[in-house]
Amino acid sequence: MAGKNGQSPVGQNGSAPVGWWQERKAEAWKKFQAMPMPRRSDEDWRFATIAAIQLGDFQPGQKGSTSAEALLKRSTASFPHAAKAVFSNDRLLHIEGGEELAKQGVVFESLAGALQKHPALLEKHFMAHPVDLGAQKFAALHAANASAGVLIFVPKNVEVKLPLVSFHWLDGSESAVFPHTLIVTGENAKVTVVDFLGSTEAGGAGLACGLNDLLVGPGAKVEYVSLQEWGSKVTSFQLNSTRVERDGEARSLFVNLGAAYARQESRSTMAGSGARSEMLGLSVGSERQEFDQRTLQCHDVPNTWSDLLYKNALDDRSKSIFKGLIRVAPGAAKTDAYQNNRNLLLNPEAEADSMPGLEILNDDVRCTHGATTGQIDRDQLFYLMARGIDPRTGAQLLAHGFFEEVIARLPEKGIGEAVRVAVAAKFATMRTPRSQVDLMEKPLSSSRINKSDLKEEEALDVRALQGLGK
Amino acid sequence: MSEATTLEKPDLKIDQDEGNFSYPEDYAFDAGTGLTEKTIDYICEVKEDPDWVREFRKKALRIFREKPLPTHWASKDLENIHFDDFRYYLSKGAKPKRTWDEVPDDVKRTFERLGIPEKERAFLAGVEAQFDSEAAYSNIKKAVAEQGVIFVGSREGLKEHPEIFRKWFGKVIPTADNKFSALNSAVFSGGSFIYVPKGVKVKHPLQAYFRINAENFGQFERTLIIVDEGAELTYMEGCTAPKFDSVTLHSAVVELVAMKGAKLQYITVQNWSPNVFNLVTKRGLAHEESEIKWIDCNIGSRLTMKYPGVILKGRKARGEVLSIALANNGQHQDTGAKMIHAADETTSNIISKSISIGSGRATYRGLVHIPRHLKGCKNNTECDALLINTESRTDTYPAIVTRGEGNSVQHEASVSKVSAEQIFYMQQRGLSEGQAMSLSVNGFVNELVRQFPMEYSVELKRLIDLEMEGSVG
Repeated sequence: MAGKNGQSPVGQNGSAPVGWWQERKAEAWKKFQAMPMPRRSDEDWRFATIAAIQLGDFQPGQKGSTSAEALLKRSTASFPHAAKAVFSNDRLLHIEGGEELAKQGVVFESLAGALQKHPALLEKHFMAHPVDLGAQKFAALHAANASAGVLIFVPKNVEVKLPLVSFHWLDGSESAVFPHTLIVTGENAKVTVVDFLGSTEAGGAGLACGLNDLLVGPGAKVEYVSLQEWGSKVTSFQLNSTRVERDGEARSLFVNLGAAYARQESRSTMAGSGARSEMLGLSVGSERQEFDQRTLQCHDVPNTWSDLLYKNALDDRSKSIFKGLIRVAPGAAKTDAYQNNRNLLLNPEAEADSMPGLEILNDDVRCTHGATTGQIDRDQLFYLMARGIDPRTGAQLLAHGFFEEVIARLPEKGIGEAVRVAVAAKFATMRTPRSQVDLMEKPLSSSRINKSDLKEEEALDVRALQGLGK
Repeated sequence: MSEATTLEKPDLKIDQDEGNFSYPEDYAFDAGTGLTEKTIDYICEVKEDPDWVREFRKKALRIFREKPLPTHWASKDLENIHFDDFRYYLSKGAKPKRTWDEVPDDVKRTFERLGIPEKERAFLAGVEAQFDSEAAYSNIKKAVAEQGVIFVGSREGLKEHPEIFRKWFGKVIPTADNKFSALNSAVFSGGSFIYVPKGVKVKHPLQAYFRINAENFGQFERTLIIVDEGAELTYMEGCTAPKFDSVTLHSAVVELVAMKGAKLQYITVQNWSPNVFNLVTKRGLAHEESEIKWIDCNIGSRLTMKYPGVILKGRKARGEVLSIALANNGQHQDTGAKMIHAADETTSNIISKSISIGSGRATYRGLVHIPRHLKGCKNNTECDALLINTESRTDTYPAIVTRGEGNSVQHEASVSKVSAEQIFYMQQRGLSEGQAMSLSVNGFVNELVRQFPMEYSVELKRLIDLEMEGSVG
C-alpha cells in the first residue's frame, strides 16, 4: 500500500514541519485507512473493473533511474509559457518564472515553497473542496501524501498572458506520485494552466493519484488542461473540483491517453449568478485500457451555465465509462446546462458504457443531454476514398475530425496543437490490426480470396486508424 | 415522501374518484396478515396447487427474505413498506365466473362502475376482471376461442396447460431477479395466461382489469403470454384501487414470449390511488424477427417502479417501449425501460415522456446493453420531461453499454417547462388557464398517444385533462 505516512515536502527540504499541514495529513491517512475499498455494488463504481485498481506496493519518494538532466530535457512545452515546474517521483527538479510573475503579485510556487511563503492561502484552500463522486478514499490518500505540485494565485484584475505549465514524471515502476495543482483567482483575474503527466517508460507501472482544484473568482477566467500520458501499467486517479463565483468562467480539458486504469472525476459548482463552466474530455483507448469518467455539474444558484463534452475513441479491448450528472437545485432558475458523451468504437471488442444523468428540481431550466456510440461512418470514408485518399489516411482524418470539436474549443492555439500531437503520437503506438499482419504474412499465391476475406478487409479500412501519425 | 403541499388544487380528486369507492369486505378465503410458510400453505390449499408450485413458492420465499431492498439506487420510500402488515390472499372463491350474472353482486357493481362489461361488448375479444387475489370473471369470445387462443387465469393455466405453462413460467423473469419478483413468485395469484397458436392474428385486444378492494392488501398477479410463430396479439390492462389511509402493495410479474415472427403489444394504463406502492417486473423475450412493444402509462400510485424490458434473443428481433408518466403531488413515478440485445441486427426504441406536477417527481431509469460479437444492432432512446411547477422534479438515469461491430446507440433527453407565452396566447383566445395548460401537455405527449389504440388515447387524454386542471402555479 502506498504511503506509510504523510511525507511533508517541508521535511524533504530540511525546514521545520508546519503543524496544521502535518495534522491534516495524519487525519487524511487515518481516513484513507478507515474507508473501505469500492465494491462492485457501489452505484458510483458501476461498470468499473474494481480488480483493475492496483495500489500495490508502490511507495512515494522512490529514487528514479533517469537523470534530472535527461528529464528536464524532456520537459519542454511546444508553446510559449510564462512559468514552469518539473517534478519527478514527487521531487521538485526545477521551477522557473515565479520571480517574474511575482512582480504582478502572481504566485507560482511549489507546495513546499507555498507552505513557507503563503501558508494562509494554502491552509484555506488545500483539500478544502468537495470530492464526492466515489473516489473519496483516494482523495484521502492524495491528501495524506501530496507534496509535489504547485499553488497558483492570480490577484484581482491581473491577467497572466502566457500559460503556466507543470510536468510530473513517474520514474521507474515502483513509485507512487500525487500531483497537486491548486489554482486560486481573484476578481476579474485570468490564467491558463497546463499539466503534463507522464512516465519515463512507455510501459511503466506505478500509482498516480492526483488532484486539482480550480477556484474561479468573480468575473475571473481560468483555463486548465491536463495531458495524461502515464505508462501503460499505471493505475491513475485524477480528481478535480471546480468552483465558479459570480460571472466567472472555467474551462477544463482532461486528455487521457495513458495508464491501465484511469479514473477521472470532475465536478463543477456554479456558485454565483452568471457563473459558467465548460467541461471537456478526450480519451484514446487501446489494449485493455479502462477510462472511468465521472462528472457532476452542480447548479446551486439562478442564472448559471455549464456545458460538458466528453469524447472517447476506443480500440482493441479498451473500455470507457462515462457517468455524468447535471444537478439543478430547487432555487436555481434559468439554469442552462448541456451534457454530451460521444464514443467512437474502432474495434468490435471495445466497450463504451454511458450513464448520462439529470436531476432537475426547478422547472425554469434548459437542460439537455445526449450520448451516442458508433463506428467510423463508412459513407464518409468512402467519400474520402473516392477522392483518392487511401483508407488509412481517410480514417485518420475522420478521427481527427471527431476530436476536433473538443480541441477547437481551446482558445490557445498552441495548446490545441500540443493536444493534437499527443493524440497522433498515441495512435502511432497502437498495434497494427492482426488481420493486416495475417494478410502480409501470407504469401500472395497461397491466399485464397473468398467472400469472408473480403469482409475482413472491409473491416480493415475502419481499423486503419491505428497507423495514425506514421 | 412529503404529503401534498399547499399548492394542491381541489380538482386532483376528480380523477381519483372514478376508482375511489369500495364495498364492505366479505371474503370466503383470507390468508390473514403477514407472510410465513403457513401463508403459502394456505394459498396452495385454497388454489389446489400441484406440489411443484408449492416448492416453487417456498423457495421464492427464502430468496425474498435473503434479498435486500435496492435502496442503494432506488427511493428510500421503499423502507416504508412493512411486509408483515399486509394481507397476502383474499378471495371469494378461486374459480372465475364465465358470465357476469354469476359474479357476486358487489363485485359486479364494482366492475360495472368501471365500465368493464360495456367495454367488453364494445371492442374487446376477451376480458378478465381480477378482484383482489382472484379473477371474478373471465371470458373470451367464442370466435377467438375457436381459433385455439387460450385466455385463462394463471391458476387454470398451470393446471390445464402445464405443457406450455411450465416451459416458460419463470424463464423470462427468474425468481431471484429482484426482491419483488421473488415476493411475487412466493404468493402469486391471479393474472392471465394467454397462448396464441401459430399464425393466429387476434383482431381485437384481450383485456385484464385489476382491482384492489381491501385495505392493507397485497396484489400479486402473475401474467404469462406466449404468442407462437407468426401470431399477433394486443393485450391491455387497467388498474384502480380505492383510496385508503394505509399502504397497499401491488407487485406483479409479467412475462411475454414472442416466437419467430410474432407481434405482441402490451398496453398498461395504471391509475392506482395514491396509497399504492406499484413495484412491478415486466419483461419480454423476443425470438427471431418478432416484435414486442410495451405501451406503458403511469398516472396513479404513491411510488411506481417499473422498467419494462425486452430480451432481443433472435436475429432481427425488435423491442419497443413507449412510456408516459404523470407524477402529481406526493407521487414518484420511477419508470423506464431495459433493452438487452442478444442477437445480430436487433433494434430497439425507447421513447419516454414524463410530466411532473406540483411536488411530483418523475424519474427515467434505463438500461441498453449491446454485448461484444454482435453486429448491426441499433438503439434509439429519447426522454423528454415537462415540469409544470417550480417545485416539480425530474431525473434521468440511463445506462448504456455498447460493444461489437456496426452497432450504434443514441440517447437524448431534454427538460422543459410549459411556455408562459403559449399559455398567454391561448388565454387571449378565450381558453381558461387550465384548458390552455391541458392543451399544452396533450401536445407534449401527442406524438406518443397517437400510436395507442383509439379507445386508450381518448381515455388517456381525459385523464390528463383532469390532472392538469388548475395546476398552473
